[in-house]
Amino acid sequence: MSALLTARDLYRDYALDGTAVHAVHGVSLDVAAGEYVAIVGPSGCGKSSLLNLLGAIDRPTAGTVSFQGRDVSALGDRALTRFRLLHIGFVFQRFYLMPILTARENVELPMAEAGMSRPDREQRGDELLRYVGLQARGRHRPTQLSGGEQQRVAIARALANRPALVLADEPTGELDARTGAEIIALFERLNADGTALVVVTHDEELAHAARRLIHMRDGAIITQEVLAPNGSSGA
Amino acid sequence: MRGLLAFAALRGHAARTALAVLGVAVAAAMLLDMVMLSTGLRESFQHLLLSRGFQLRLAPRGTLPFDTEAMIPGATAILDTLRTLGDVTTVSPVLGAQLHVPRDGRVTTTFALGVNPAAQGDYELRSGRDPNDANELVANDEFLHAAGLQVGDTLEAATGYNPQLRTFAGQRRLTIVGRARFLYLSAGQPAVALPLRTLQAMTGHTRDDAVSLFMVRLRDGASVDAARDWIRAHVRTVDAISTADALAQVDDRLRYFRQLGYILGAVSLMVGFLLITTLMTVSVNERVGEIAVMRAIGVSRPHVVQQIVLESTVISSAGTACGLALGLATARYLNAILSQFPGLPAAIDFFPFQPRAIWTALALLASVGILAGVYPSWRAASRPIAGTLREEAVA
Ligand SMILES: Nc1ncnc2c1ncn2[C@@H]1O[C@H](COP(=O)(O)OP(=O)(O)OP(=O)(O)O)[C@@H](O)[C@H]1O
Ligand SMILES: [Mg+2]
Repeated sequence: MSALLTARDLYRDYALDGTAVHAVHGVSLDVAAGEYVAIVGPSGCGKSSLLNLLGAIDRPTAGTVSFQGRDVSALGDRALTRFRLLHIGFVFQRFYLMPILTARENVELPMAEAGMSRPDREQRGDELLRYVGLQARGRHRPTQLSGGEQQRVAIARALANRPALVLADEPTGELDARTGAEIIALFERLNADGTALVVVTHDEELAHAARRLIHMRDGAIITQEVLAPNGSSGA
Repeated sequence: MRGLLAFAALRGHAARTALAVLGVAVAAAMLLDMVMLSTGLRESFQHLLLSRGFQLRLAPRGTLPFDTEAMIPGATAILDTLRTLGDVTTVSPVLGAQLHVPRDGRVTTTFALGVNPAAQGDYELRSGRDPNDANELVANDEFLHAAGLQVGDTLEAATGYNPQLRTFAGQRRLTIVGRARFLYLSAGQPAVALPLRTLQAMTGHTRDDAVSLFMVRLRDGASVDAARDWIRAHVRTVDAISTADALAQVDDRLRYFRQLGYILGAVSLMVGFLLITTLMTVSVNERVGEIAVMRAIGVSRPHVVQQIVLESTVISSAGTACGLALGLATARYLNAILSQFPGLPAAIDFFPFQPRAIWTALALLASVGILAGVYPSWRAASRPIAGTLREEAVA
């Protein structure tokens, strides 16, 4: 498999009262197209910081991130925003849907931004809601949905522009085990359909659904293990 | 989608949106009134002074018009002199006096103008006809009301009245033949107009043929300044004032009104601007998380700004539109109050609707309101995305 995402010698320091916190400390990482990677490690080891760098919503102090061979770290704000829009899907722990929009409008938002026509948007919006099992809830607002449903809408939104890579930071962190299992199943299906996934998680179930498990500590990768397919979760 | 987000945001805070629109409306109304007051008053005066087409007025040299003591003697001779100036088309001599009208044991005192009905520029007939005959007069509603008379009635009028002795001088029997509106009088002032000769006779000015004032109309295209200078040189007993001079004097006296108007107008503009800026800043600040999410999933900075500017546009345009209505209503009300101002002609419109000035001012306010959305939204859209999301997650 060819490398979709390549991170080289990534550093991310935060200045705190004069002293620097080295949140990410020399990480190099490749993610192949269609791969499913989980990143685990103790709290504060820099998982989220790394994911933000991979998804280009934060800039590294040093190092580069390339996507499909293109150096993303060198892009200006406009190109970077466009890059995220078209190539990356984000799933957050707290869902982060627009509260004033309906579920389907939330899903359509990135498509509208990408310039898709309204009929196309509506069709794909319905399609994606069906994909995440919420075809009947399109007109509901986030406040009218459960946490698990909101997260499924968020996943549909992440898929809106058919990104090659979806990044998820503790996507089951706010959900109970059963609802979390639904999300895990959805991710597996998503990955089976060809989307590369990088998830950061404390959730054993989710971590073991991945094909590769990366262990981090103190801002660095300490070990990586390849998991046998069909790790733990069924669905 | 941006429109949807903008309207959803406004609808989501309906009460706040309504209050903001109301606030802008008040500022816009104030701005409108101040613009009308400061730019319109002068136009209104000019309109009034030129309404009858007289470009020059001749007052006794060294006095103000209708200074009752000051007179211009030899009116007929002056008329003849003025007619030798080719540009003059009409000369209207005017004599001002007081008339006392006893009736049913009461005496009504009124301002009286002796005019040449064919050439006068002091009143507009409402009904009836001009006082063409020596013993006729026209009166305004204030007089008719005060004296309890109507068109067709006959009255006894005197120019002199001694309240102690209840004796009258210069008495004459006159018939009311018309109802008129006097252009240059203050509100509520009773007034009548009668032939100049009659009033001269009643006031004892037949022999010196005195008048208080001449109004002169020039043919179209004639140089007012040249005519004024000619008159000043050839008629030594009068001072010729052009409408432009009069306007300059009026301007001078109205400067305070205008300055007040400008200052309060500028203040309203500032208030409107600050109001929308504050609102947009508050509204954007409580949405930094949402904005960071939008940025994370690929919404461009200009699009975030556009969405929020659309919100401020809606608020400022709706506010400005309401303000237009509110401003016109308050202008009418204020005009009614100011028209009672003593010494000013009631016909003056303090708040004339001057489309250009008004649209300019309102467009200015609307655009200032629109601009108010730009800075806060650009700032919010430029925040670091990951850092903002983290702060939101902690909050
Ligand atoms: N904006 C910031 N300013 C200062 N320090 C920061 C900032 N963001 C992260 N850090 C620090 O960087 C380190 C790594 O944080 P990060 O959130 O990446 O850890 P994490 O592995 O995701 O932790 P968790 O599992 O609890 O989410 C922590 O020590 C954190 O305090
Ligand atoms: Mg984290």
